[in-house]
Order: sequence, then structure tokens, then C-alpha cells
Amino acid sequence: MSEALAPRAPFDRALLLSFEPPKGGALANYVKFFTTDNLWTTIGKTLKLALPATLINVLVALPIAYRMRIRSRWQRTITTLLVVPITLGTVLIAEGMLTYFGPKGWLAQFLQLTHIYDGSIRLTHNYWGVLISLVISGFPFAFLLILSYVTGIDPVLARAASTLGADPKAQFRHIYLPLLAPGLAMCFCLAFVQAFSVFPSAVLLGAPAGPTRVISIAAYEAAFEQYDYSLASAIAMIMGFVQLVIVAIVLSLRSWFYRGPVTGGKG
Amino acid sequence: MASAAEASGAPSRPRAATPWSARAWRGLLWGVMALFLVNVALMIAAVATNSFARRWLGTWLPRGWTASWYLDAWKEFQLDSILWVTVEVVFAVVLLALLIGVPAAYTLARRDFPGKRVLMLLFLLPLMVPPITYGIPLATVLYKANLGGTLAGVILANLIPAAPFVILVMTPFIEQIDQNLESAARVFGANTARMFVHVLVPLLAPGILAASLLVLVRTIALFELTFLTAGPDSQTLVVALYYAVFAAGVRAPQSVDAMAMIYMVVTLVWLLIALRFVNPTQLVSRVKEHPQPAA
Repeated sequence: MSEALAPRAPFDRALLLSFEPPKGGALANYVKFFTTDNLWTTIGKTLKLALPATLINVLVALPIAYRMRIRSRWQRTITTLLVVPITLGTVLIAEGMLTYFGPKGWLAQFLQLTHIYDGSIRLTHNYWGVLISLVISGFPFAFLLILSYVTGIDPVLARAASTLGADPKAQFRHIYLPLLAPGLAMCFCLAFVQAFSVFPSAVLLGAPAGPTRVISIAAYEAAFEQYDYSLASAIAMIMGFVQLVIVAIVLSLRSWFYRGPVTGGKG
Repeated sequence: MASAAEASGAPSRPRAATPWSARAWRGLLWGVMALFLVNVALMIAAVATNSFARRWLGTWLPRGWTASWYLDAWKEFQLDSILWVTVEVVFAVVLLALLIGVPAAYTLARRDFPGKRVLMLLFLLPLMVPPITYGIPLATVLYKANLGGTLAGVILANLIPAAPFVILVMTPFIEQIDQNLESAARVFGANTARMFVHVLVPLLAPGILAASLLVLVRTIALFELTFLTAGPDSQTLVVALYYAVFAAGVRAPQSVDAMAMIYMVVTLVWLLIALRFVNPTQLVSRVKEHPQPAA
């Protein structure tokens, strides 16, 4: 096996490395991962953060991008504004959220001043903080991607449907949605992969010892605090495997939908 | 033309007769957008305010203002050298990614060969899998090759997602070019290299510009790979920023905020330049902007 998988690419290398623990058999790292409580639980914790964040990002970006396909005076300005959070960087988002959403931040002061909500606000250093930061950093990407897919669909198709009496809802349901399905699947995968690897914000905004101890924190600790590169590679492999499983599920769901050209033609 | 496009969205329906549900839906969408934008703007404003604040605890605005956090951060983190390293890394990555990515994109767009799909998949893998997954094994490989912690190692690591990204962005641009132009160049005796320099590169200039600016923005922001491979002299801005936050206990948060602002401004400038050249709606697929009159 090691003959065939000479360490060419880091992937092969990691695979080999993960089967070469300092002591124990070839599977010792994997056994250790699945039997250590603060290791295997990270999969569930990461999924619990990444899946809702991805769903929110894609499902909110879809109608907004769909609306923004219409050319208007504001189209360019609003798309630019919605894309700008890409530049913020996780640290600025984390710092901003700690200051703004924090218990003494502007949001809390505003809500208490207007008596909209009088209880104490806990949006940082817990699950919700990480989820919000994932939405803020992931939404612009999802929006940009879906927007380019939506605008890639020839509007002639929708006009043909409207000629045949389809109202806007039916146009979306029967024309755009099937054509968008592959793009949405791709977008979901990319957004999920990004959310699944959440690392800085889980440390800065979450509770890295408790509910937001995500899998990348476990990998980082193994590699750079315990210097166990073999275990770290095994965790990275498990991480990649979970991602590929989700991506495979999404892409296989996609095959239920129409595939074919998105431009109208004469014919 | 805008009216034609709008007609395709809401066909043959006079505005006054818009049903209340459609109006409520539109209102909801604008509401969500406004909520998102207002909160993000206020969040940035909070960081900006804090970075200029002398002391800010539990009041609406800080008591006094100062620019010293920026000066302190600049001195303490030797930002001039970090910015220089960032510039070196980012420009080397952009240049190498273009040198690899553009010819590769051309080959993938124009030639058909066995194993093309597999190769495509291999190129897309680094974009589908998050950096930290392959970052740790990559870092161990680089350290074993004595490249870990060096500028070359950081550049190499950053190239892994950058080159496929160039391929992804360039492919639609290449598919737009009329193949007859290439055939004509060949008829006049140009070999592939000459054709590239004299025909393709000038025609691809907008695409190359767009790809390089997007790679630039992404590389500035790519934290994980640089963090895993950088040594003390090869830190980029985003890594220095993260170190600053990690040691937040001994450092005033204002100082971190000042660095975060510097970081944001650096990235924002490049993104705005990029958006001038590439319309975000056309990043993945270029289609005709205006619906043609129905045939």
C-alpha cells in the first residue's frame, strides 16, 4: 500500500502519516479519536454549527440574489455593499461582535433603552456568537455565488413562461429553481466546507472548551500543542471525510433535478 | 433596457395590482438586507470607535479620543515589516498562480484528453476542502523539507488554493474567445508560446486582471495556511493580527482593533479595485446582460 501511495501530494502524505502513530497499530490514531470523549464529540459540535449556518446563508441569499437579478439603479451598489463583509476578516468580525453584541455593547444598550428586550443579552462567548459570525462571514460568499448563477439564467426562459401565463411564483418554482439546483448544490457545498472549518471565530467568540470546541480546534491542539502530527493528520483526514460525505449527499440530491443548458435557444 | 428586464421579473402586471403577499415578501427581503447591512456597519463602526478610544466601558461613546493605538500597534508589531512580507507573499502568489493557472485553464478549456475530468476534480479539491484539512499535513511536509517557517514555504502553501482558483475564474473568460483567432494565428505560423503572448494574453487581459485581484484579496485573507507554515520572519498581516488577539490578556483591545482596521482597509481597497473591473454578477458565468427581443 505504501508503495502505491508514495508521498507525492500532502493528501497521500497525511493519509500515510495518520496510519503511522508513534506507538500502537496502524489504526491507533483513529481508535484514539473515536474513543476519546473530547475528540469524537467535535464532529457533532462542528456539524451543529456548520449545517445551520450554511442553511441560513444559502436560504437567505437565494431570495435576495433572486431579487437582485433585476437590473436597476441600486443593483450594483447593493451587491457591492453585500459583498464587502468578505474583506472584514474573522478577527475584525470577532472583535466587532465582542464590542457590538457584547453585554455592554451598542445593541444591548439600544435594546434596553427602547425596552424592546430587557433581559441580559448573551450573544458572545457561546454557540450563538459563533453562529452569527459564520453567517456574517459566509453570507457574502453565498450571495455572490448564487447571484452569479441566477444572472447566468437566460431571462428569455422566464418571459416565455410568463407568456404562457405563469405568475412570478410559478416562474420561480418551475423555471428558475430547477435551473438553479446545480448552482445551489455547489454553493451549499462551498459554504458548508467554509463553515465546517471554522477555527478563529470558534476560539475568539465561542466557548472553545465547551459547546464550540470544533474539530479544527482539536486538530490544531494535536498538532501545535501536543506536537502529535500523526494524530493531527488523522483528525484532518476525518474532517475531510465528514465533509466529503456531506458534499456527496448534497451532490447526489442534486441529480434528482434537471440538468442541461441554462440558455434559451431557437429550436 | 431596465424596464425590459423588469418585465421579465413581474410580467404584464401593473404595479398597482401587486398583491399584498408579494409586497410583504418584498418588504421582508429589504428588511432582512437592511438588518444585515445595518448591523454589519454598526459592528465595523464599533471597532473603528474603539480603535480611536482612550477608554470605552459601557457608555455610548468613549470618554476621550486618541490615535496612539495605531502608532503603538505599528511599533509593537513592526507592522512595516509585516506589511512588506504580506506584499511579498501576496504578489509572489498572484504571479505564480497566474503563471500556472492561465495555461492550465486554457488547456482544460480547449483540449480534450483522457483523464481530464479527474484532473479537473483534483484542481477543484483544494477549493472544496477547507485549508486547515490539508494545512496540517502540508505544514509537516514543508517542515520536513526544511521549507517550514520560510517565505518560500508560505508562498508554496498559499499557491495550493490560489492556482485552482485562477483556473476556475479564467475558464469562462477563455471560453469566450473565438477559436478562429487562434486558428488564424496558427495559420500564420505562430507556435503555442507566441500565440499565447501575442493573441491570448491581450484578449484575456480583463480576465487576468480580475483573477489576479480576486486571488490577491483571498490570499491576504487566507489565515489558516499562512498561520500553519509561517515562521517569525514570514508572518503576514492576518497572522500577526491573530497573534495579537490571542495575547489579548496583556494587550489593550483597542490595539487589536486598530490592527483589525488596518487589515480591513488594506483588503477593502483591493476588493473595491477588483469590483471596478469585474461585475460581481459575472464572476462564474458570463451571459448576455440584456434580454434580447423575443424572436
